[in-house]
Amino acid sequence: MKKNIIYLTIVFIFIFIFILFYKGLYKTNIYIPNELNNKNIVQFSGKDLFSEVEINFGQLISNNKFTIINIWASWCLPCRSEHHFLMDLSNNSKINLVGLNYKDRPTNAKKFINDFGNPFSKILIDPDGTISIELGAYGIPETFIINKDQKIVKKFIGPLTKKNMREIEQITN
Amino acid sequence: MKFKKFILLIFLYTFFCQGDLIANNNNVLVNKISKNLRCLICQGQSVYDSQSDFAVSMKLLIKKKIKEGNTEKQIYDYLKNQYGEWISYDTEINKKTYLLWLFPLLLFIFGGILIFRKVFIK
Repeated sequence: MKKNIIYLTIVFIFIFIFILFYKGLYKTNIYIPNELNNKNIVQFSGKDLFSEVEINFGQLISNNKFTIINIWASWCLPCRSEHHFLMDLSNNSKINLVGLNYKDRPTNAKKFINDFGNPFSKILIDPDGTISIELGAYGIPETFIINKDQKIVKKFIGPLTKKNMREIEQITN
Repeated sequence: MKFKKFILLIFLYTFFCQGDLIANNNNVLVNKISKNLRCLICQGQSVYDSQSDFAVSMKLLIKKKIKEGNTEKQIYDYLKNQYGEWISYDTEINKKTYLLWLFPLLLFIFGGILIFRKVFIK
């Protein structure tokens, strides 16, 4: 009787471990950080791409209802594909669009803006990528929506899509 | 005269090498912290091992934070706040992870009991 209980327990443990690992096989193991919603944005400052004047980010969000930070670079192909969405967003008066130019050469960044248009009210540069890491980004393009209380309302990882644009409209209206 | 020269030498040595020593200590700490962080781009590697843009910038940020006077714990807490608990290899014990911590212990105790019964109780 006792032996049976031991065997049953061992079998039960093996079945449990098997199910655990089997389920784990089909679970995506790519972690996407989503810890930032409703957290205060980190205060940072950066140089303006054109004037090279140091600007504190806090100054840029005080008056507007929603501020959107878009992290981009001229060498980033997905950034090109989302650029027309950013141009559309720049027409929305309720949004202040701020660009953060990630690990880019200023000449290339300026050429990109000249070629495709400038949707941003200000473009700050992040030459070593540390500002983006401080913000909680981990790749580009990334887009953060920030409300007037300087809280992150939503974060989009990867290029913006039509669905994302609808979400942005819902949030900002 | 010899003594004066000796003192001058020590003074020069400390003057020029102090910066190096501090920089070296900081680098050791940067390496230590980055070995305990998971790279979010190459998710099988630590930030220390990875050469992705994310990892390179992360190492620079850690260096900057150390220079600003942050302690090791403050840096971990900051990064956990930004990227979540998952970024750290050192998993905390909380209600989500207690099974992870307790399960090996339970197996160990259960196995110990089995061996004890087999060997000592006949």
